Amino acid sequence: MTSRHRSGAPDVLQVRDLACRRGPALLFSGIDFEVAGGELLCVRGPNGCGKTTLLRCVTGLTRPDEGTILWRGEPAQTDPERMRSGTAYAGHLPSLKDDLSAEENLEFALRLRGVATTAEERREALAAVGLEKRRRIPARRLSAGQRRRIGLARLALDPADLWVLDEPLTALDDAGQELFVDLLDRHLAGGGLALAATHHRLAPASGVVRELRLA
Amino acid sequence: MSAPTPKRHQASGSFSGGFSWAMARDLRLAWRHPDEAVLTVAFFALVASLFPLGIGAEPQLLARIGPGVIWVGALLAAFLALPGLFAADYADGSLEQMTLSPHPALGWAAGKVAAHWIVSGLPLTLLSPLIGLQYGLAPDTLGVQALSLLIGTPVLSLLGGACAALALGARGGGMLLALLALPLFVPVLIFGAGAAEAQATGLSAAPHLSLLGAALIAALVGLPVAVGAAVRIAVD
Repeated sequence: MTSRHRSGAPDVLQVRDLACRRGPALLFSGIDFEVAGGELLCVRGPNGCGKTTLLRCVTGLTRPDEGTILWRGEPAQTDPERMRSGTAYAGHLPSLKDDLSAEENLEFALRLRGVATTAEERREALAAVGLEKRRRIPARRLSAGQRRRIGLARLALDPADLWVLDEPLTALDDAGQELFVDLLDRHLAGGGLALAATHHRLAPASGVVRELRLA
Repeated sequence: MSAPTPKRHQASGSFSGGFSWAMARDLRLAWRHPDEAVLTVAFFALVASLFPLGIGAEPQLLARIGPGVIWVGALLAAFLALPGLFAADYADGSLEQMTLSPHPALGWAAGKVAAHWIVSGLPLTLLSPLIGLQYGLAPDTLGVQALSLLIGTPVLSLLGGACAALALGARGGGMLLALLALPLFVPVLIFGAGAAEAQATGLSAAPHLSLLGAALIAALVGLPVAVGAAVRIAVD
């Protein structure tokens, strides 16, 4: 497995002594973990234990109260732009526009990520997630699962090394879940990293799967 | 199912990338849903047309109040579309993705404000000479009026955009936005309406227009940064 980016530092995400408060309540503290290329870290725990907040801290959306996040050995805050271009975040909110078609949503999502793709590539990616015939329909007329599949097509075309996924299997049917695991498998096989908050068991064929339990 | 194309692109961000992304997307959304832009223009035309009905069609009186009424109408019309400027993106998660994009916040913030101006301030500016004719304004006054709107409405969009970003996530955001933005619009209104009025009374409109221009430059430099910072706080 080789790392796909061009700079010399190895792809590794290190989180040191992370703590986060929501109002007066302490969500979690003393979180330490490391994810290297080809590894998937599943964050588990009961509802409300701070899984989403932990993921948002890693992406930089939420500022942690304590602790540091190192991306390729450097604090993420020193070069947020590099961190952001190397990270793809799929949160609870779909970030889809109801008035735009699946194709347009995908195009704008990738342009926002600074990724240049051709119409042909986007069409293929949508076909791979089973949306070929529905790609020109406004997103408001797609089902919840089909809307999630647009997100899968986005992940497939995003070159980010680190995937941060919040409940990636929500609303997906069996075929959709398989599709996702397949995609994750390919990402890990290519040396990518993934951090996922999920209640499901994820078992991609390649890559190392580890667990982090939040109390 | 066939495999998607292998990944081979490298993500990269730039100011122009973010600017053109935000502008292209918001303009396409406005085009799909033209009701909001049409409402803005219709509101402006209606308000400006109601005044003569309410206070009587005396030519001298109308020419006297014309510039002020047109500016107040344009200001309120430009305010109409503001509450939705960031709220929709906030609700569907687009703002999160924008904050996490490799494009600098300055780019997409400026792009969104520019799109807002194109669908609100620009049509209002283009319509204003027609409304001015209703009020019997002289041709040179009409010209200065349109020019003052051309310089002033982008300031309204920028100020309004920053206020809309600050009001994100607050309960009763629309009300808060009105309380926040409308007082800030007052100086723009004073100099904007003052320009046409000065021209109508035979004075030079240049001082007013210069001040509006200075406000525009200051707003262009400072406010997109403020929008980016406010959005970052809102998504946290």
